[in-house]
Amino acid sequence: MKRCLVLVSFIVLALCVTPASAQQKATAQNVPEISYTSVPNFLKLPPGEYLGEAVAVATNSKGHIFVYHRSANTRLFEFDQNGNFVKEIGKGYYGFEFAHSVRVDAQDNIWTVDEGTNMVTKFSPQGKVLMVLGLRPPAVEGAVATTNGPNPPAQKYIFCRPTDVGFDPQGNIFVSDGYCNNRVVKFDKNGRFVAQAGSEKPGKGPGEFNLPHGLQVDGQGNVWVADRTNIRYQVLDNNLKPIKTYDNLGVGWTVCVSQGPHQYVFASNSNPNGNPPGSWAITGEIYKLELDGTILGKFGHASKEFGGFQVVHMMDCRNPNEIIVGEIESWRVQKLMLQTAPTKTSSAR
Amino acid sequence: MKHLLSLLILVTFFVAVADAQAPEIAFDSAANPLNLPDDIYLGEVGGVATNSKGDIFVYTRTGHPTVSLGSSRAFAHGGSRLFQFDRTGKFVREIGQGNYGFLYAQKVRIDPQDNLWVVDEMAGYVMKLDPNGRVLMLLGRKPEAIPVPARGAAPAAEGGGGQRGGGLPGAGAQSDVFNRPTDVAWDAAGNIFVADGMGNARVAKFDSKGVFIKSWGSKGTANGMFGSVNSIAVDAQGNVYAADAGNKRIQVFDNNGNFKTAYTNVGAPAALCITPGPNPVLYSSNSNPPEDLDVAGEIYKMKLDGTVIGKFGKAGKLLKEFGTVNEIDCRSENNLLVGEVGNLRVQKLTLR
Repeated sequence: MKRCLVLVSFIVLALCVTPASAQQKATAQNVPEISYTSVPNFLKLPPGEYLGEAVAVATNSKGHIFVYHRSANTRLFEFDQNGNFVKEIGKGYYGFEFAHSVRVDAQDNIWTVDEGTNMVTKFSPQGKVLMVLGLRPPAVEGAVATTNGPNPPAQKYIFCRPTDVGFDPQGNIFVSDGYCNNRVVKFDKNGRFVAQAGSEKPGKGPGEFNLPHGLQVDGQGNVWVADRTNIRYQVLDNNLKPIKTYDNLGVGWTVCVSQGPHQYVFASNSNPNGNPPGSWAITGEIYKLELDGTILGKFGHASKEFGGFQVVHMMDCRNPNEIIVGEIESWRVQKLMLQTAPTKTSSAR
Repeated sequence: MKHLLSLLILVTFFVAVADAQAPEIAFDSAANPLNLPDDIYLGEVGGVATNSKGDIFVYTRTGHPTVSLGSSRAFAHGGSRLFQFDRTGKFVREIGQGNYGFLYAQKVRIDPQDNLWVVDEMAGYVMKLDPNGRVLMLLGRKPEAIPVPARGAAPAAEGGGGQRGGGLPGAGAQSDVFNRPTDVAWDAAGNIFVADGMGNARVAKFDSKGVFIKSWGSKGTANGMFGSVNSIAVDAQGNVYAADAGNKRIQVFDNNGNFKTAYTNVGAPAALCITPGPNPVLYSSNSNPPEDLDVAGEIYKMKLDGTVIGKFGKAGKLLKEFGTVNEIDCRSENNLLVGEVGNLRVQKLTLR
């Protein structure tokens, strides 16, 4: 009887899980496939140095590559444009415990978002700390259990497992925050709170979020948010008013906006952590869009092998034809050379 | 009666708000006052102080505070470092690498013999180091273990898995073990006064050899009681100034802890400093709470009798703005160093 109950519970559980994972499949139809190659041996690490979970990658204007990764300690590495190791930045820095994002602003300052310390840090191009947003939970209060239950009210200057940072052309700062708040916060360039969309509470309506997991700002100042658990992307205007939702691109893991006069948006329907059976068939691809949402094509698929993706966590798309992806579960950064013209058309898997 | 009422209203007003009428003091902040090697980063700056040669000492919360696993004692280690710079801001060295008591930086103070006094809030130590960084004397003791709450459980009660000294929080127990101490000061005879602190709510007095003499205060709002003791300073006559941020006042005591007066028009004092020399002034920082940048942050300059001379600064992230000042060095009246928790930096200020 007991076993029977367990079996029934399992079936009920399976029934509950199946529709949710089916939603992860993007509903966009007839999306052209963009062919690409992955550059072999792209990043060259010195002997004795390793990447951990490569959750964050970004380039500066010289093409240098910054990888913010979860190693034994969370670390930030700089590589040159050829993938040669240059240096480590932030060794022993108080704001590094659990990497989530790295981004480079228009002045080549390097910004890290650390989900463990709740700190967003602006480093100069040379790696000196210029500004800090957020506050690390005080160690003096001792070990803190992972909380259950409702999130405490969001505070202007305190993050709760923040996920990403972006900048508009005026230098305003936007933070997606995060796993235990559910909001997007705007600060001015001096770090003063301006506005927020969402709150600590998860929500499904426009301008509400359920795990805002990635964020970037386009040249018009609109804010693209990967609204992960809501399985969508939202676009907010510069004052954080919701203006558009895309629910046809699968799970909103991470978003990237390319540079230059004609900007493109890249959005990743990354495969889920843990690789449950069947998930690889419906997730793993990255979409290329116009700013108006027109889908231009897609590329990539879930795989543990070189050239495939193992939970893409962040993309760099400074050059829209050279996409650098950081993957959680393969501890890997790949540089993808996209063919400029789509080669074939296929319906979305 | 009418006068009394007016006085009461006036007093209430000053209790509620810091002195908004105080004149603004013009000042500058030097760009990049400290030059750090590429592989050393300041974290939250608890303490900053200078010695008689002008060398600068910074006690900072940085690195990775860690709790050991696979140990019968869940003990904490790491998390704070002490750096020395010369008077030009050039990095000289690190002091006390791996020190057992460096967990959560509070203040660093330099006595007239140039000894370094390091106050660690989490380890519960006041550590006296000689000018070369060797340990000379310890007050307090680090808890052998820290409480570790079970997954999903409410945080364990204070002292649940380990022990923080000083008896029950806020009880002001007579003991030389501290509960989140914040600061240290000395009188002309070398007696030591410890602000204890955030867990206890008392001032403890020791003689120059570290013998416990007495302590005063407990949690409360009456004169002689404290909401918290965030900083402490002693003047040339031996009077003790205690920053009672919890009650938004500075309390002044005589050398034996008898209450003399309180200053209630300077916000919530988090850092005190009295200048040396024949015409001393008192600096007091109404530091913004670390979770808010849009309130407070200004530093007051006062006479020792509590008269406000002026104020400067506000909360913010730019130069000349302050992110939760935790210590002020005022060896020179118009050349100050301030250490900030929120902005992970030290600013070198020149008052005009």
